[in-house]
Amino acid sequence: MSSIIGRNLLAGAEADPAGDAGHGADHPERVGFFTDTSVCIGCKACEVACKEWNAVPEDGLELTGMSYDNTQGLGADTWRHVAFIEQDKPLGHAVTGVDPGGVDHSGVDVFALAAGTTAPAPPREQAEVPTPDGRTELRWLMASDVCKHCTHAACLDVCPTGALFRTEFGTVVVQEDICNGCGYCVPACPYGVIDQRKEDGRVFKCTLCYDRLGEGMEPACAKACPTDSIQFGPLDELRERAAARLGQLHDAGVADAQLYGESPQDGVGGDGAFFLLLDRPEVYGLPPDPVVTTRDLPSMWRHAGAAAATLLGGLAAVFALHRDYRKAR
Amino acid sequence: MGVRTWIQDWPVYRQLTGDDPLGRGAAAMSARTRALRPRTGTADRVVKSVCPYCAVGCAQNVYVKDEKVVQIEGDPDSPVSRGRLCPKGSATLQLTTGSARRHQVLYRRPHGTDWEPLDLETAMDMVADRVIRTRRETWQAEQDGVRVNRTLGLASLGGATLDNEENYLIKKLFTGLGVVQVENQARVCHSSTVAGLGTSFGRGGATTFLQDLQNADCIVIEGSNFAEAHPVGFQWVMEAKARGATVIHVDPRFTRTSALADLHVPIRAGSDIAFLGGIIHHVLENEADFRPYVLEYTNAAMIVGEDFRDTEDLDGVFSGLHEETGHYDVTSWQYEGTQVQAPSGESDKLYDERTHSGHSVSTSGQSESHGSGGAAVSGQPHRDPTLRDPRCVYQILKRHYARYTPEMVHEVCGIPPETFEKVCRALVDNSGPDRTSEFVYAVGWTQHTVGSQYIRAACILQLLLGNIGRPGGGIQALRGHASIQGSSDIPTLFNLLPGYLPMPHAHRHEDLDSFIEASKTDKGFWGNMRAYMVSLMKAYYGDAATAANDFCFDHLPRLTGSHSTYETVLAQLDGTCKGYFLMGENPAVGSANARMQRLGMAELEWLVVRDFSLIESATWWKDGPEIETGERRTEDIATEVFFFPAAAHTEKSGSFTNTNRWIQWHHTAVEPAGDARSDLWFMYHLGRRIKERLAASTDPVDRPVQDLAWDYPVHGPTAEPDAEAVLAEINGYGPGGEPLSAYTELRDDGSTSCGCWIYCGVYADGVNQAARRKPHTEQDWVAAEWAWAWPANRRILYNRASAAPDGTPWSERKAYVWWDEEAGKWTGHDVPDFVPDRPPTYEPPEDATGPDALSGVDPFIMQADGKGWLFAPAGLVDGPLPTHYEPQDSPVRNPLHADQQRSPVRQAFSREHNRFHPSGDEPGSDVYPYVVTTYRLTEHFTAGGMTRWSPYLAELQPEMFCEVSPELAVQRGLEHAGWATVITARGAIEARVLVTRRMAPLTAGGRTVHQIGLPYHWGPNGYTTGDAANELSAIALDPNVHIQEVKALSADIRPGRRPRGPELLDLVESYRQRAGIDENTGTEVRG
Repeated sequence: MSSIIGRNLLAGAEADPAGDAGHGADHPERVGFFTDTSVCIGCKACEVACKEWNAVPEDGLELTGMSYDNTQGLGADTWRHVAFIEQDKPLGHAVTGVDPGGVDHSGVDVFALAAGTTAPAPPREQAEVPTPDGRTELRWLMASDVCKHCTHAACLDVCPTGALFRTEFGTVVVQEDICNGCGYCVPACPYGVIDQRKEDGRVFKCTLCYDRLGEGMEPACAKACPTDSIQFGPLDELRERAAARLGQLHDAGVADAQLYGESPQDGVGGDGAFFLLLDRPEVYGLPPDPVVTTRDLPSMWRHAGAAAATLLGGLAAVFALHRDYRKAR
Repeated sequence: MGVRTWIQDWPVYRQLTGDDPLGRGAAAMSARTRALRPRTGTADRVVKSVCPYCAVGCAQNVYVKDEKVVQIEGDPDSPVSRGRLCPKGSATLQLTTGSARRHQVLYRRPHGTDWEPLDLETAMDMVADRVIRTRRETWQAEQDGVRVNRTLGLASLGGATLDNEENYLIKKLFTGLGVVQVENQARVCHSSTVAGLGTSFGRGGATTFLQDLQNADCIVIEGSNFAEAHPVGFQWVMEAKARGATVIHVDPRFTRTSALADLHVPIRAGSDIAFLGGIIHHVLENEADFRPYVLEYTNAAMIVGEDFRDTEDLDGVFSGLHEETGHYDVTSWQYEGTQVQAPSGESDKLYDERTHSGHSVSTSGQSESHGSGGAAVSGQPHRDPTLRDPRCVYQILKRHYARYTPEMVHEVCGIPPETFEKVCRALVDNSGPDRTSEFVYAVGWTQHTVGSQYIRAACILQLLLGNIGRPGGGIQALRGHASIQGSSDIPTLFNLLPGYLPMPHAHRHEDLDSFIEASKTDKGFWGNMRAYMVSLMKAYYGDAATAANDFCFDHLPRLTGSHSTYETVLAQLDGTCKGYFLMGENPAVGSANARMQRLGMAELEWLVVRDFSLIESATWWKDGPEIETGERRTEDIATEVFFFPAAAHTEKSGSFTNTNRWIQWHHTAVEPAGDARSDLWFMYHLGRRIKERLAASTDPVDRPVQDLAWDYPVHGPTAEPDAEAVLAEINGYGPGGEPLSAYTELRDDGSTSCGCWIYCGVYADGVNQAARRKPHTEQDWVAAEWAWAWPANRRILYNRASAAPDGTPWSERKAYVWWDEEAGKWTGHDVPDFVPDRPPTYEPPEDATGPDALSGVDPFIMQADGKGWLFAPAGLVDGPLPTHYEPQDSPVRNPLHADQQRSPVRQAFSREHNRFHPSGDEPGSDVYPYVVTTYRLTEHFTAGGMTRWSPYLAELQPEMFCEVSPELAVQRGLEHAGWATVITARGAIEARVLVTRRMAPLTAGGRTVHQIGLPYHWGPNGYTTGDAANELSAIALDPNVHIQEVKALSADIRPGRRPRGPELLDLVESYRQRAGIDENTGTEVRG
């Protein structure tokens, strides 16, 4: 406990989130997800496996027009979400052999076609990138998103009931028997993950299959994933694996490949669930530089404390002066 | 709870006294959280099972608690799936335990307007009565003076989603009853595979297994959306990719498979033979073939008879075409110096001329009887090992493909020469002694009027490159139903008996011997056909089958042409077929010309539907599209409909045969609820009732039913037949009643019985070999101790070819099976697909027959000449070599053969509801100017019966849509996410529009071709609903196997939703009139 005193537990370096949340020295290794989107086939097995295991309700039949993404985003009833992004970009050595001589695509704007309809247009990169031989190339990015299980999780920091807690595995879980539906955590999440179930009021999100972890099982999504795009394991091991994979892709000429949420130095102290992306995070609908929204809480408290002290001091001075004044009278 | 505990349980207390001062971890845990355990951990038992969706055959663990299934997930022990499941597999808990399943028998009386509940036993009695009545009323003793012993009044469809044991009982009972119209999805999906692979190599199954993809240096996926339709199998492509393999996807659309490929090659739908022919041309022109392999293991050196004329000589047709009938006389395609026996089982000496005319072959689907054993040839063919003789196969091949140049490929397929060159280079560079390439296809190739020839083209190419029978090589025919391989092997198909034995045709004085004589080969393992056939008759008729009565051969009903599922629909419309069983199949959505399927059913006297939910094929009389348009009124429809709820795979034991040819057992986890029963139960108890009712009959018509062996032990509360007893019968028994262990033990004297000779060994030593589950982590990558593969547990077929003629591996890198000189036998990583002790140097004596006639360098042991067939001198009715023809309905004029638009011998049934389009430059073809291709999505399954009712899957793909390019959207004013109506001469459907660059217009035949993508999963019932793509498709078939063309057709598309009611018919009619369509449109043989 002594190690905790005097430290900012809400931001900055944090090597042992579970230990610092009272799980004792012999708690299990911190685990997480490494989602390698470069091998994702967009099958959505993760979405279904998650819903089956956790009995998450079906949440609406809506053809969005956003490529094959009819899930739209993470929410109380979607704990895994596969994004689909159609781009006019080459994917490393994956190329398409469309004959540009026959038809020119460049004058067509899918956004314009979509105008006048209520459905959103498919996410699409604006810039056409013709390759040296004049061919227009195409790639289809797919990525399975999930709660990041931040090292510094603002949702949990702001939870007034203790419903959100840090598990012995370093993950962040909502206890549905505690949550009172206050919703403070919802705006606190820098990724927009945690969400209230309308008919219920309480919040729900990925638990990283907390119940399964207790028996040494891997989370349902990672187990189902046909191509091992979703990998589960000790976070340190996953980070090593991710670094190796990144190097491999860079060597293969996939220059845009990048890790997201992997660095313990980032605004949330690193994610427990991080990603290998093939483009900028914004392309996938991910915030480029997320910061734990409670990062400044200690300094805010200090400032508030100072302000309060000043106020109190002022008051005291006023009273003191007033007494002196009365005395003097 | 003591005060102390109470206080200690107070989080604040824990926060203040423990190591969690901020109260965000240990201190915050509730009692419920601390007590959490996964339901897999608290289950009473874990039952081993297999996923019921596609044919990857992923192993499942079913967790049962209090006799309820509480969780289903992948079994990590499986060598093929390694514990993974796709979204459908992951949704099997919802499929099997969800609220969409029905558990009560329903009955719709004639002219009734609604369902009525019905007692299960009563319903079974009623169905038994109807079978007996209809059979009697429609019994045919003879046709045209020849005995046929059958009824065309009954038909059944379904089996690909069922267990092998269920298929076995379906075929056995119906055959016993004299029903010939027994069909299943295998007809509709992969029948052309059996013909294509069977005639080329000797067996109709995929030549390899999925895990072997990891050893490939180049993988060409064409005619398949591998990643979407078989996601868990696709992991092996990713493994290969990780090892440096080049992955190429050739497809009209940029799909989720293309997204992971190294190269996507957009192709015009319906032009793949031109593309593959172009690669064949490239290989031959550059002499890039694997010459030692080609010389020894293929028929390249064979001399073809001098009467043979190629399509290049005869303006697009081969020699032997009868223009009046639209059939080929196939005799001129034979090798020189050989007397070719009938290319199928129906020939007999009295009907020589008829057989040689090709007529009966062409109408009977006999090409599939090469599913295990190629067509028969006899005599000693002439060879030219220098390959210079102008009449040798190699030279014929060279001339046939001479015009398939890169420019022609560009013209026909819309593929630019640079892209095409990349594919050729990748394939050639990755083939040879050190490297292997693999082809993967699925129904994108099979479902064409020339589907069998698509497969043949790939076979030719892979033989030329020396890629068959070798690790990382071969041709993977991706199967799409859990047991569709099984429902071909143990067929619920009209033209086959188990193990690809042909169903006999009607002939005067035909007996068992003449039937065998007509069908067997002189050389190879098909020479022992009599042993397989007699053993089957013993399994069917038991003690009643004796040598004295020809083993009850006369009991078998006879064919008189094609009785495929599509002819059955015509027979329903004509009033011939009166009773119909649908077992796990939904033709009202999933079969070509869905409207004709429903109209046919509306003419039935009675219909039995067995399924999980009320699929469209069960409710069309009430709410089908024809009711909506006002063409039919429910009150007028006289069909009696029975709905029987089916048991799920978790509720019955049995085996599925996956795309690896693995027979995998799944065990009962729980008893089915309510009236739900297995199809094994249904068939067994239906047969039992029928036999009881006919037991005292003295009518000779009932004798085959009385003789049918139908004794299976039953158990449990529902009197479920013992599936393992059925498997044991399939496996076969020796003279002393002991289980057999190999088909080489079968005898032709009636001392052995065997329900399916190629499955002999699956119950060796009385042990259910299909239930073997030795984890892949405990054996090598071939995983020979997981389940059991037919034949003889071989995993890669024709693996003798993995060694050079001298018996040594072609290279160390690709060593698989080789000759061990010291031990005097073949050895290696797999069970050798060869005579185990036959040395590479062996030359058979002149008079040897059967397996004894195979030389040491004949790797294709089922083939009549032991060789892989580049040129098919027999076995197919539409040509010895694949030739590019346009699809039945195509906006493009055939660029290769200006005078021959379509295959001259395709089957095009022009009927009131099945009209065809003008094509190419014919007047009116511009009314249907676009190409439509149909396909599956990952999130749904076939006709939707197992996914559209599942909320977790429905929400992922919630509506029917069409995919169009931005260019087409502009041209036709289609709005992204808006609505479009797609129209053909058969119907019009509406779909939401996805405008995407993944659809690319191509330049082909001198014009821009726009393609429209349509998934075919939807129908009007279920949780997610939509129009069925098959409202648009026509019944136009491959003449070899009667598979329908649904992968390439022409259509128009326009913005907005389709009209409702009678106006829908008006719209379709107005298009027909504008295009000038009549009954002759598109039916020409020549031209």
